[in-house]
Amino acid sequence: MRGSTERIRKLRHESVNIQPKLSIERAVLETEAYKKYYGTVETPVLRALNFRYIIENKKLYIGDGELIVGEKGDSPQTAPTFPELCCHTMEDLDILNSRKYISFKVSKKDKKTHREKIMPFWENRSMRKKILDNMTDEWKNCYKAGIFTEFMEQRAPGHTVADDKFYKKGFLDFKKEIEDKIKQLDFLNDLKAYEKKAQLEAMIISCDAIIILGKRYADYARTLAEKETNKERRDELLWIAKNCDRVPAYKPETFAQAVQMYWFVHLGVTTELNTWDSFSPGRFDQYLYPFYEKELKEGTITYDRAKEILECLWIKFNNQPAPPKVGITMKESATYTDFANLNTGGINPETGCDGVNEVSYMILDVMDEMKLLQPSSNVQISVKTPKQFVKKACVIARKGWGQPAFYNTEELIEELLQAGKDIKDARYGGSSGCVETGAHGREAYILTGYINIPKIFELTLNDGFDKFTKKQIGLKTGKAENFQTYKELYDAFKKQLKHFIDIKIHGNNVIEKLFAKHMPATFMSVITEDCIKKGKDYNDGGARYNTRYIQIVGIGTITDCLASVKFNVFDNKRFTMNELMEALNSNFEGYPLIRNIVLSRTPKYGNDDEYADNIMVDTFNTINNMITGRPTVSEGTYRIDMLPTTCHVYFGSVMGATPDGRLSSKPLTDGISPSKGADTNGPTAVIKSASKMDHIRTGGTLLNQKFSPSALKGEKGIDNLVSLLRAYFKMGGHHMQFNVIDKETLVEAQKNPDDYKDLIVRVAGYSDHFNNLEKALQDEIIERTEQNFN
Amino acid sequence: MIKVQIFNIQKFSIHDGPGIRTTVFLKGCPLNCMWCHNPESINKNIDILYDKEKCTLCGECIKKCKRGALKIIDEAVITDLSKCMFCGECAFYCINNARELVGKEYTIDELIQEVKKDMSFYEESGGGVTLSGGEPLLQIEAVLKILKKLKNIGIHTAIDTSGYIPFENMLKIIDYTDVFLYDLKIIGDDKHKKYIGVSNALILDNLKKLSNLDANINLRMPIIEGINADLEDITKAIEFIKQVKIKDINILPYHDIAKHKYKKLGRNYREDIMKVPTDKKMQIIKNMFEKEGYNVKIGG
Repeated sequence: MRGSTERIRKLRHESVNIQPKLSIERAVLETEAYKKYYGTVETPVLRALNFRYIIENKKLYIGDGELIVGEKGDSPQTAPTFPELCCHTMEDLDILNSRKYISFKVSKKDKKTHREKIMPFWENRSMRKKILDNMTDEWKNCYKAGIFTEFMEQRAPGHTVADDKFYKKGFLDFKKEIEDKIKQLDFLNDLKAYEKKAQLEAMIISCDAIIILGKRYADYARTLAEKETNKERRDELLWIAKNCDRVPAYKPETFAQAVQMYWFVHLGVTTELNTWDSFSPGRFDQYLYPFYEKELKEGTITYDRAKEILECLWIKFNNQPAPPKVGITMKESATYTDFANLNTGGINPETGCDGVNEVSYMILDVMDEMKLLQPSSNVQISVKTPKQFVKKACVIARKGWGQPAFYNTEELIEELLQAGKDIKDARYGGSSGCVETGAHGREAYILTGYINIPKIFELTLNDGFDKFTKKQIGLKTGKAENFQTYKELYDAFKKQLKHFIDIKIHGNNVIEKLFAKHMPATFMSVITEDCIKKGKDYNDGGARYNTRYIQIVGIGTITDCLASVKFNVFDNKRFTMNELMEALNSNFEGYPLIRNIVLSRTPKYGNDDEYADNIMVDTFNTINNMITGRPTVSEGTYRIDMLPTTCHVYFGSVMGATPDGRLSSKPLTDGISPSKGADTNGPTAVIKSASKMDHIRTGGTLLNQKFSPSALKGEKGIDNLVSLLRAYFKMGGHHMQFNVIDKETLVEAQKNPDDYKDLIVRVAGYSDHFNNLEKALQDEIIERTEQNFN
Repeated sequence: MIKVQIFNIQKFSIHDGPGIRTTVFLKGCPLNCMWCHNPESINKNIDILYDKEKCTLCGECIKKCKRGALKIIDEAVITDLSKCMFCGECAFYCINNARELVGKEYTIDELIQEVKKDMSFYEESGGGVTLSGGEPLLQIEAVLKILKKLKNIGIHTAIDTSGYIPFENMLKIIDYTDVFLYDLKIIGDDKHKKYIGVSNALILDNLKKLSNLDANINLRMPIIEGINADLEDITKAIEFIKQVKIKDINILPYHDIAKHKYKKLGRNYREDIMKVPTDKKMQIIKNMFEKEGYNVKIGG
């Protein structure tokens, strides 16, 4: 049993053993609120009133033994629905209830309510409906063919990370600030003054709402205390009540209040909308340390007590499954994990000096002790980070379940500076979600969907025709066998890339506008820098910086495909394009020689081989130049991310065999990792290849490395891991994460899932229970090249 | 132009000297140890490895061979080495990857280019390049050039040697070698002759001379149960080592994972007399050395 104290062991046991369920409560309250307010106020105010109504009326939950309180649903592992975004069909609910992986139980009563009360109101009003109504046929064809996914189809823009502002101010302070801003509005000269007023008023209502949440919890804790017979627990409940009297209305004064403050804000953000990647504490050790230090001096806290409070928070994170996803959205992100991510270590954002403090080490101890999927606990490593800290993080990573992942502080800052951020804002930045970079507390950096690069190449080889949906969805750029040179082929590929990227961005620009218009996030706007100043919503470009990411999938696969065609068809003429196309169309059946040549005798990405790596760099630059810097609707810019979540499995499933030897329907490469089994020259070669990409021009890259446990044995194993990491980061790498497990163990776990209930593996930018992964993804992880050092 | 015959370049090598290293395995060895885990290193020329279990006798290699050097005898493809040009076509077209050519010539610059790729890792970990084999010092002219170039660009160098070479070869490189990984196998000369085929006088003598020159030496002893793992063998080894100025010793437990390579080379493997030492045995041996004040490590 994990957890440092009896209390934590009990709470953790509950958290990991409850079957997630769906709750209709939020949807019911929201429907009532809309019926009450819709048409009477401006949209931002409507959204804020809705938020307040839900908070005023939702059921509260304080579990026995809890020190940090508040649940998004009515109890742990309960996921509310958001019909204003995605109004599930009855079939959706049945699927959610009964599917094998990532299921959510739905009660009969809730189903009835959904059918009778929720669906009739929301069916034609949801954002999902509005989005699909506004997409072109071209867009829909691409979406169905698996060219790209759409993040906002069932969820709201999010990817927001806290900075330190709500540890320095309470929501009454924010409210005052907003009221002052309203007073300053100049209705004579500022033609947007009316819109601003509505937005700011809505933000005031949102502040009220979160203050009400604190107050309700304080009252509830006192009510429970009155009934409590155990004196110790009664004192704790009164202590909780005191904390909730203080936060979120006022700024926190103690370590526990700071943690409780974070948690109330987290609940606020994720109750207002079902934001992607929920909400994250960001540079948590930096923000908590002053509270810890102060209380330590005053003698009101000990290391163990602070650790227990943090462990309570970890349970809170783990209690919140990601909002129920269906369809393609489920395929691109097939997990309960909601990607709350925290960055420990790095530099102090104010001074720029090494930021590692006692809370940084405490967070490492907590992640090690708790071994929970959520939050995704990660470390930032700067050149200034002491070796002791890196080693401690590596010792935990060696345990094999994927946490912590490692991020490169200098590279993160350079990325942010390169994207136009001020140095101070950049130092407040870091990673969130999987590996996405942003300036915490002051940037809306919103992921918009994955794009299937190898599929676009498949279409290039087929003159724009998609064999799977049997539709001409690409441009007619010529038949494969008519390309006389590699350049001709590559030029055709570039035209197709541009074509599909334009379709995606066209769709994005409509969707962004729809959210700005219909779904302001007025609470999130309070805590995001410049929204108050500008009187503008988070979803309407109110943040200081606005970035839209498109996530590129399959850079390894596309590199190996292009290298294969260039090397075998054009440079060495080992077989003709015709022969290759026949082999691909037959899924290589009857073409063992071609398959063996492309698999075993062709340059591959991940081996520090110039031939393949130059193609990777070319392709990366081509894609990057087509996207990065393009304007978004909210006056921000587009950038790219190199991460897959689980989308590489889905994207592979809609494709035939590829020239790199990959068979039909098999997964694509994940992040910037090489193809399975292609990286035969060990981890240093993988790192060298990966570092040839210009990471700072992205918004994050993801590199998976799998080691067998024996490879990392002993002190020397840790030293080597540290050296690998440091070398990669010196070369400008963004992120690296590890699975440390034998292939045999994984195969065994697949056969006997019941014996391996606790087995956790690293998937993409997150860890998950091996048993929660669908078979194709399990296979993909099993096949990842295991780096064995000799 | 001097070239060097190599059979493998192993990156992220962590058992052949300090830190993260690249180990370059040179072909050709004057010894013929029956436990050698790189039997393809012994021949100084190219070897053809043939995996009978992977071969489906499809005959594609026979068709592709321009010299008619291949034929099927007793359900195996047999290579007539007198006809073979080592062009590699047979291996290239083998769809089962049952054939493999071992050995490739590099110019010195090509090799330096290759090992320089992991410079950042050497710097970060205090690693470098190890020349191993075979016996690297057989290709002394090439090795000298390689070492000079490596030192010139600040890369740490290690030489993994059997010691069975003229001492002048060692003298030539001593200034460019940061550490010698010196193999010591059997002290008793009769036993040495029996299992390795040659006298060990030169090896022991070279070690003494090298030690007298204050070279940085790391002694490496393979421990093979049935050959040199008797406590008497170890006692003899300790007695000898006392005569030289060496403090660091690695005892390397023998393993039999190279067994399949012998099959592929068409060679006999003496599983009957060589056994893997137990962990307990390795610990006992370690203790014996430690009692005499040596720094001992099990493994590389």
